[in-house]
Amino acid sequence: MSNGQASTPPPAAVHAEGVVKRFGPTVALDRVGITVAVGDSHALVGRNGAGKSTLVSVLTGLHAPDAGRVAFLGEPAPAPGDTAAWQARVACVYQKSMVVPDLTVAENLFLNRFERGRIRWSRLRADAARLLAEYGVDVDPATRAADLTVEQGQFVEIARALSFGARFIILDEPTAQLDAAGIERLFTKLRELQQQGVAFLFISHHLQEVYDLCSTVTVYRDARHILTAPVADLGKADLVAAMTGETAQSATTWHARAAVAGNAAEASAEPSDAAVLRAEALALEGAFQPIDFAVRAGEVLGLAGATASGNTALGETLVGLRRATGGRASVDGKDVRPGSVPHALNAGIGYVPEDRHRQGLVLGRSVAENATLTVTDQLGPYGTVLPSRTRAFAQRMIDSLDIKTSGPAQPVSDLSGGNQQKVVIARALARDPRVLVAIRPTAGVDVKSKDALLGVVRGVADRGDAAVIVSDELDDLRVCDRVIALFHGRVIAEFGSGWNDRDLVSAMEGLPAGAGGDKGAEE
Amino acid sequence: MSETTELTPDLAVPGKARAAAPRFQLSRYRDLSLIPVIFVLGVIGFIVSPVFLTSDNLIGVLQQSSELSLLVLAEAMILICGRMDLSLESTIGVAPVIAMWLVLPSSGPATFHGIGLFPTWSSIPVCLAVGLVIGAVNGFLILKLRVNGFIATLGMLTMLRGLQDGVAQGKSIVAVPASFSYLGKTEWMGAPAAVWICLLLFVIGGLALGYLRHGRALYAIGGNTEAARAAGIRVDRITWIVLALGGLIAAFAGVLYAGHYGAISATQGDGWIFQVFAATVIGGVSLNGGRGTLFGALTGVVSLQLVVNVTTLGGVPPLWDKFLYGAIIIVALIISRFASGEKQD
Repeated sequence: MSNGQASTPPPAAVHAEGVVKRFGPTVALDRVGITVAVGDSHALVGRNGAGKSTLVSVLTGLHAPDAGRVAFLGEPAPAPGDTAAWQARVACVYQKSMVVPDLTVAENLFLNRFERGRIRWSRLRADAARLLAEYGVDVDPATRAADLTVEQGQFVEIARALSFGARFIILDEPTAQLDAAGIERLFTKLRELQQQGVAFLFISHHLQEVYDLCSTVTVYRDARHILTAPVADLGKADLVAAMTGETAQSATTWHARAAVAGNAAEASAEPSDAAVLRAEALALEGAFQPIDFAVRAGEVLGLAGATASGNTALGETLVGLRRATGGRASVDGKDVRPGSVPHALNAGIGYVPEDRHRQGLVLGRSVAENATLTVTDQLGPYGTVLPSRTRAFAQRMIDSLDIKTSGPAQPVSDLSGGNQQKVVIARALARDPRVLVAIRPTAGVDVKSKDALLGVVRGVADRGDAAVIVSDELDDLRVCDRVIALFHGRVIAEFGSGWNDRDLVSAMEGLPAGAGGDKGAEE
Repeated sequence: MSETTELTPDLAVPGKARAAAPRFQLSRYRDLSLIPVIFVLGVIGFIVSPVFLTSDNLIGVLQQSSELSLLVLAEAMILICGRMDLSLESTIGVAPVIAMWLVLPSSGPATFHGIGLFPTWSSIPVCLAVGLVIGAVNGFLILKLRVNGFIATLGMLTMLRGLQDGVAQGKSIVAVPASFSYLGKTEWMGAPAAVWICLLLFVIGGLALGYLRHGRALYAIGGNTEAARAAGIRVDRITWIVLALGGLIAAFAGVLYAGHYGAISATQGDGWIFQVFAATVIGGVSLNGGRGTLFGALTGVVSLQLVVNVTTLGGVPPLWDKFLYGAIIIVALIISRFASGEKQD
């Protein structure tokens, strides 16, 4: 399974093998390898957490691997920290441009490698123009970098990388912000450069692009190398199967209710017709198109989608963190004032934010304080917060969610990821919400906590309320009764409880499944 | 590639929770960390000079701390909620001056003439209102216009100092109404009223920060603004109130100061902001927000004043005071940097 062509001449543009990288207890790369031939266009695909970005940082010298070796054109990789040597071998073009926006293109191109002595601006511009012309980039060197389009910015960065001597370029989601014409121009440019012997490693969530551009594809899953194959030999179904780890014959369907135990309680909490949360033509410009959906009592709705799909923005709009530019949302028939978290809370929307460190927790403060952040009005008379009542409330939360902590007064920063996330969920549940909106609720937690957390979300629905899970993790979406998949701000597919991994992943990657589960964007 | 399956060992979890217990104990008493320092300073003071442990000297220290401590109270609340206000040191001077300008008659034997817009008895409320408005303007700049808080309040500091110079024509205002100077001058139960008032305000502030939901919200806002917003706390509104309250407290400090010295000095509060920050930071309030208590800040003020008192009694010329303040800030920062183990950038 590992790379057989390692020792065959000519040397590959980049060759890595046996690379191991750990971050604390987490293994981010587990003896993986990749080989990109000179002039090749190689795709690296995998779901979140597969280890793609860690590999990029190893290949660009940002992180030194714990084990394994990396070679460029047959020579061992430079020492960590030798920036100039790394730059001469490899460059990475990110989604977000790394140029200095207020400087001109010419200055960006020659940043920190001006001639000795004073800077002769006219010569600098002439050099820049020559450099850009060499790679056929049609940009005026006197333009301010901030005024470039996304695609022009990428061209400039590619030209800059090539001018350092690098003949291997990593493109990390380069098309996420481009329109179709821009993507076409980018691909044309990349093909031209390939003719000149430049090798590309192309990372994308858009599988169609892999087929359009690349000749070879490598799949990672769960920090391991799964396969490397010529794109032409690998069908889309097989590619998705490799990403999900679900082989074609075992493409089982999943039924949320059957999987999550709770037989007697279930019958009483069968979804009724009364919609708890309803969105009507809800829209946020620049993030998602008008969308309609309803979540019934006893139901868990999944909003699936990759990073730029708009599903996170939709979740944040529902809870009032963002103000919708159109449409409305209502809970139990009553409209929720847009763009106000306190109103959303009072309307009965509980919120589990996407990133517990950024939005979820006040890390320096105690478990009790974090768990009761939304209910401080219920902890004492006249706006007081009584420590005894706070402790008691927190202790109840700790017991009911089985949070592993030495007590309510322990700083939340001392807890493990899973337990921290439980505190975030405890806070959302503290107000007994009618609807729980959870954005990627299991990000970065271990497997055991994951089940517990999803069980809690499921429990909200089972007691007769409703829940919405916004995620791209299949495991999160498994507890949903219904999943709406978004792609580039639009509903691309909708699935009942019996979906299989391949169809959902295809939908999230922008390939609407031909058959099965796809009911289109109705409702 | 061979198969191995343990990716994230679950072992770390209980072990971590246990290891954390002693660390928690330590942080619980960090607010008291200056108590031994104060005690040591007392012992040194006793050795250095027999005058030190007389009630006159100690009450003098407290009286001198009182106005500074109010600024520290205001700054501590603002820092806990993750902001900073440099203009407090100008508010302490400009608020009384504007109040005098508004209440003093436009003619008479006094050297300073106002416009007599409000009756004389209202001088204190007017002064407090001026402070409130200054704080609210700071809030407007920082929260509505979203300009940089450091530069905005630095600008306010300079501007308000200039406003004071302009209105008072660079002179001290000696003839202040009796009602205005009463609180700073009078004594209750053997100690200056100002000392009691400051203590009372610290107690009220401490209780509010510890036991009121809006007080607890300051810690959440300073600790993680995004999380506070996601939890439904009205971040901007509360921050604004805190900034306005800070201005009000600074103005009240101005009232006490004017009463204490019998005049509104032209340089009232000039350069104090460094001492304010020094006291707040050595008192354990985090410059990054979200951490610290008012009690800690109060011990910070007292320690700072004791150092100065002890060195003065020890014969160190007052010209060295600034050097001492600076050195204390640096040392306190280094200690808190390594005690908390966090970078402060």
